[in-house]
Amino acid sequence: MSSVPSPSHDQINNDLLRPLLRTSWKFYVVVAILGAIVVTALAAWLTQMYLGFGISGIRWPVYWGFYVTSFVFWIGISHAGTLISAILRLVDAGWRRPVTRCAEVITVFALMIGAMFPIIHLGRPWLAFWLFPYPSERLIWPNFRSPLVWDFFAINTYLTGSVMFLFLPMIPDFAVVRDKSTGLRRRIYTLLALGWRGTPKQWHRLETAMGIMAVAIVPVAVSVHTIVSFDFSMAPVPMWQSTIFGPYFVAGAIFSGIAGLLIAMAVLRRALHLERYLHPIHFENLGKLLLVMALLWGYFVFNERLVTYYGNEPSEMAVFWRTQRESFAPLYWTMVIANFVLPLVLMGIKRFRTITGCVIASFGVVLGMWLERFLIIVPSLGHKYLPYSYGTYRPQPVEIIIAGATFAAMALLYVFFVKLVPIISIWELKAGDHHPPVVTQPATEEHRLRELPS
Amino acid sequence: MTLREPQGHPEHGRGVKAVYGLYPDGHAAQQAVSRLHAAGVLDRDITIQSAQPMEDFEFGHRDKATWMWWIACAGGLIGMLSALGLAWLTEMSWPIDVGGLPIFAWWPNLIIIFELTMLGAILATVITLVVTARLGRGSAIYDAEVSDGKILVGVTNPPDSALANLEAALTAPAGAQLKKLS
Repeated sequence: MSSVPSPSHDQINNDLLRPLLRTSWKFYVVVAILGAIVVTALAAWLTQMYLGFGISGIRWPVYWGFYVTSFVFWIGISHAGTLISAILRLVDAGWRRPVTRCAEVITVFALMIGAMFPIIHLGRPWLAFWLFPYPSERLIWPNFRSPLVWDFFAINTYLTGSVMFLFLPMIPDFAVVRDKSTGLRRRIYTLLALGWRGTPKQWHRLETAMGIMAVAIVPVAVSVHTIVSFDFSMAPVPMWQSTIFGPYFVAGAIFSGIAGLLIAMAVLRRALHLERYLHPIHFENLGKLLLVMALLWGYFVFNERLVTYYGNEPSEMAVFWRTQRESFAPLYWTMVIANFVLPLVLMGIKRFRTITGCVIASFGVVLGMWLERFLIIVPSLGHKYLPYSYGTYRPQPVEIIIAGATFAAMALLYVFFVKLVPIISIWELKAGDHHPPVVTQPATEEHRLRELPS
Repeated sequence: MTLREPQGHPEHGRGVKAVYGLYPDGHAAQQAVSRLHAAGVLDRDITIQSAQPMEDFEFGHRDKATWMWWIACAGGLIGMLSALGLAWLTEMSWPIDVGGLPIFAWWPNLIIIFELTMLGAILATVITLVVTARLGRGSAIYDAEVSDGKILVGVTNPPDSALANLEAALTAPAGAQLKKLS
């Protein structure tokens, strides 16, 4: 039997506060590189605003391209955190403790990035207020039964809930940083700690609040991606109007979310030297979850494809064949390999279920899920019921830059967060007494005999 | 046991008299609390602070009762009623006929009602936490060593006549470190 000694409270404080209190040159290099990519994307967006939406590839009949693909993708990634963290809290999974905050942060930032895309997609974002219902000379009559109104309420509720779910357990950690720092940093963390003292009453209230939030946030998270799926399934477009879209989107969102979380954990482990806290068992557990979701994803795709094929409705079959053996086939089969075959092999075979294996599978899933969103949107919009509405879509540089840079934006936000807040919840780690997982060798007769009292 | 004045700490209560002990573990802190009880100090006069929840010990179960779940339900109810009102008012103010569907349609409105119900519950929970956990108001005693894992047990504004008894109770457990504010 082998085990790693538990880190002491001092070690936990030192290890987890180190990134906050010390800044190496690597931090500035990473910020400069990521910042440059984000600034490039902002410049591209400004160019689009200045020159007009015509510089993008979005035109009739494919009105939704990279921007809406990215919107759906990032909302999906947001399911990594709060939902997974809430479920693990509800079932009181002890191994969640070092993982939850890494996950919850992904939710908040992914939602913020995702929610930007409808604004980018407006073309003239300064006129966004035209969407609001108010008595104006233009006599705007908005349809309050539109799925886009549902999006507004669902995403904002989820964002508010997720920010609270992230912030509340950070309060005791802010108090630790307050006590360990001086000067301006101390004043800032004193404000953030909200006078936290750690009395039994405060601990009980905090834990009760987290319990309630966990119960509330799980159905909200499920509703958010169901509602995003309604943006599609409420429209009479081939292969969109499907009752399976709700659970299909939710499963896909959790799938991509877990992949995002695994990548983030691996990077944090390496960059911040968190080997003592993020153990291979955490990756293995999440890897198994990734495998389950890959199988579920495959099941949903099979359902969607079989029902369409059996129905043999001409307009749907046209889209069906476009994706499976015509112009979109390379993307479609890449998606199937990345989302199904790769995780099945890497996570299904125990030997490959290592940290490296998890990361490779996760990169595949992130790519595959982005392609899935693209393949839901573009082939259907480009081939509706009548030939007059057939068309194609070619993404232009401005869209590619903006969509690509969101990954850099996510990484940049994450880097800033890690610089400001302990990325692993210090108090939860201490509360769990952090017994590292023990790897037990399989028992043999000899072992058992040796263990018998003489 | 050591007896020394606490080092200056901006979080300490100003003008507050207090005596407290810092303990290396929950067992010692529990002993201190029990001895304070034996010395006639009431629960409400004992301050306990720790860097993590201490649910394995009796003192960690103080002040556990809360109405937070009920308040969250009430918040949800308020959210639900707000959603109903909002949906009714907006849809009736801009009555568009979409394919002959009712102007106020329950199915699409259920989504908004659900989201605002949950939002109401979440906000009510957060507000209840801030108010009942007295966040933002601090406390008379605090010691930064709590963040290092020490557990603070103390009494604020003790009568001078009881001070010797309290010090004896607080210094009895192993590893106790007594501090005084005056």
